[in-house]
Amino acid sequence: MNKGYINKIIPFSSVDGPGNRTAIFMQGCNFNCIYCHNPETIGQCNNCGMCVNDCPQNALMLLESKIKWNEKNCCGCDNCIKICEYCSSPKAVEMTVEEVINSISKTIAFISGVTISGGECTLQKEFLTNLFIKLREMNISIFIDTNGSVPLWVDESFVNSFDKAMVDLKSFDEEEHLMLTGCSNRIVLENIRYLNKIDKLYEIRTVIVPDLLNNKRNVNEISKLIVELNPQIRLKLIKYRPLGVRNNLLKANIPSNEVMEELKSLSEKIGCKQVYIV
Amino acid sequence: MMKEVLQRIQDQKLTYHQKLITLARLAENSIKPLNISDEVQSYRDEGIICDLFEGNAPYRPRYIVPDYEKFMKYGSEFLNLKPPIDIWEATNHLLILYKNVPSITSFPVYIGNIDTLLEPFIKNEEEAYRAIKLFLTHIDRTLWDSFCHGNIGPLDTKAGRLILQVEKELQNSVPNITIKYSDKTPDSFALQAIETALKTAKPSFANDDMFLNDLGSNYGIASCYNGLNIGGGSFTLVRLVLSELAKKTDSSDDFINNLLPDAVEKMCNYMDERIAFLVEKSGFFESSFLVKEGLINLDSFTAMFGVVGLAECVNHLLKAQKLEERFGHNQYADQLGYKIIEKLHEEVHKHNNYYCKISNGKFLLHAQVGIDTDKNTSPGCRIPIGEEPQIFDHLLQSAKFHKFFPSGIGDIFKFDMTAVNNPQYILDIIKGAFKEGMRYFSLYSSDCDVIRITGYLVKRSDMEKLAEGKQVLNDAVVLGLGSVENQRIYDRRLRSYE
Repeated sequence: MNKGYINKIIPFSSVDGPGNRTAIFMQGCNFNCIYCHNPETIGQCNNCGMCVNDCPQNALMLLESKIKWNEKNCCGCDNCIKICEYCSSPKAVEMTVEEVINSISKTIAFISGVTISGGECTLQKEFLTNLFIKLREMNISIFIDTNGSVPLWVDESFVNSFDKAMVDLKSFDEEEHLMLTGCSNRIVLENIRYLNKIDKLYEIRTVIVPDLLNNKRNVNEISKLIVELNPQIRLKLIKYRPLGVRNNLLKANIPSNEVMEELKSLSEKIGCKQVYIV
Repeated sequence: MMKEVLQRIQDQKLTYHQKLITLARLAENSIKPLNISDEVQSYRDEGIICDLFEGNAPYRPRYIVPDYEKFMKYGSEFLNLKPPIDIWEATNHLLILYKNVPSITSFPVYIGNIDTLLEPFIKNEEEAYRAIKLFLTHIDRTLWDSFCHGNIGPLDTKAGRLILQVEKELQNSVPNITIKYSDKTPDSFALQAIETALKTAKPSFANDDMFLNDLGSNYGIASCYNGLNIGGGSFTLVRLVLSELAKKTDSSDDFINNLLPDAVEKMCNYMDERIAFLVEKSGFFESSFLVKEGLINLDSFTAMFGVVGLAECVNHLLKAQKLEERFGHNQYADQLGYKIIEKLHEEVHKHNNYYCKISNGKFLLHAQVGIDTDKNTSPGCRIPIGEEPQIFDHLLQSAKFHKFFPSGIGDIFKFDMTAVNNPQYILDIIKGAFKEGMRYFSLYSSDCDVIRITGYLVKRSDMEKLAEGKQVLNDAVVLGLGSVENQRIYDRRLRSYE
């Protein structure tokens, strides 16, 4: 694949791995999580043009049956994303490896590395493998943030091209995972074990959603898994926040600080050494 | 004047010592010994040249940067102190000397590289922790002025680590602290400094290589962020308010070629006059024990040429209304800003002052942080609060100006709490900023009680007390409150995910 389909690039991020990182959000995901915080990264834009008329700044146009986004005119109101019926974004762009490298080279003095997120980044692993070969030359660390659904053990060239992975484990329980994402978690768990075996597992993340998930069971089981693999692996407990989510699918409360702290100490009691709440 | 004196005496918001200092200022300003030309006076009346209430008869240098290393080595005859022998004597000796170091605020604006001063006395870390905690508490309660400034780094020391640990616990506004940062500073020490700053808005980071290059190895950071030579200081700091000067014209060319050179020349003359009185007539350098004992000497002093309001000056000259036309957001506006500072640098360097020997007769440029009553005048070359671009663009834009200002320039960044889990994120940003030529970087978090106003630190809780009409110990709280009201300090852009 010559081009990557990219939702957006955030030059400075404090929450996508160690140090300051440029975070690249790939467009397209194979999960359909009820609580998805950025549902506009799930689908592919089919150039239907529905968003064009709803843009208050005339930043969108349908030219030769393709959506064109004029970044200069865009006011960032996200109307286009809100009305999209295909969980996509007219602002997503196709970029070549060189274009992505050019974008990163502006911030290179300020970052520890790059994190590829999504969407689900491993769905574009051929493009990423090519991108990572070039990123290597810049002497920065390369992380991926994945839902773990694509078997990684079958593609060594991809796995060898990045440094570490952060894996979202949406639920330890297969049924709950299926209910939440529409997919099983078997490959996710296998990927976690595989990444740990080759020393590329940096962090496991899970979102705490009251009323929807059995959060205590999740934290309990995930913590046991971490202790079994390597207690130093980071566990990030993410507080569910109703921002950017599809409110029609989910009416859940934000977990209280007390709940988050309880889950953190549960995990620490089990033996996890690095537990973070965000 | 008699009415003002009575007002100060009866002011219930002022503590006893604050009254004393205010009354001394009134006394000083009751005489007019300086020979001020009509042209300079008219610039002063218009608010274009401003001496920051330095007083009519300068009787001590504005900023004094004593050689504390010498004091620790030899003690002081005047203070009847022999060189200290342990951590208790070391901290006690310093506290005694601090109370005898004058400045514009009547408090020491520089209290030394406190880590290296104390390091030789650290034998037992538990004892040193107690001594340092008492030392820093004593400073906060008795040198109650936010312009009192200590330095640490660039090297990692036990004392430096203890100072950071204690400051994180105490969360006091005094002293202000700078860590001199370079490749010699280990990441673990720098990260501890960042963790401390996220709790209590200090230390700030100074680009050590850049200061060394400009001032030589013997420098300290005093007051807000002023780089000055140790054993000297600055006779005076007068500022040129570019935003006010710009109001005299609509033409950038006229501003750069006519107005600016004239204002610079007049301001230099005014600074000469202030320095001449201080050095030749006040008797300070003949009588101070600091001079007699070699803790300061006349030849190590310079003077600071301050400047404020570049952003508003540029926006006025370009009649820039929309954000995308304004300084900090528009390439042409930024280029004009650069041209103005380049010209300012050139004009200031045409002037020679006999007494500024340490800086080869030149005044050092200083990006002044503003005063509490400033409205629509941003500090130095800063982008106005409320108009800050995303952090990456902000850093690159501001770093370009830093090379012109050896005696101080800096920017302040407020981070959200996600940075607490990832201090390396901020260290990466600082490393990048310094590579891009930034001189000085300050930070705090959205959670801090102690916050950086423009260059100095004040507690939010103290400002709330003062706003309710209660007395507060620190005399800079009133300045902080004024700045919060006039310069939207609380609205500084929160840096999170950009």
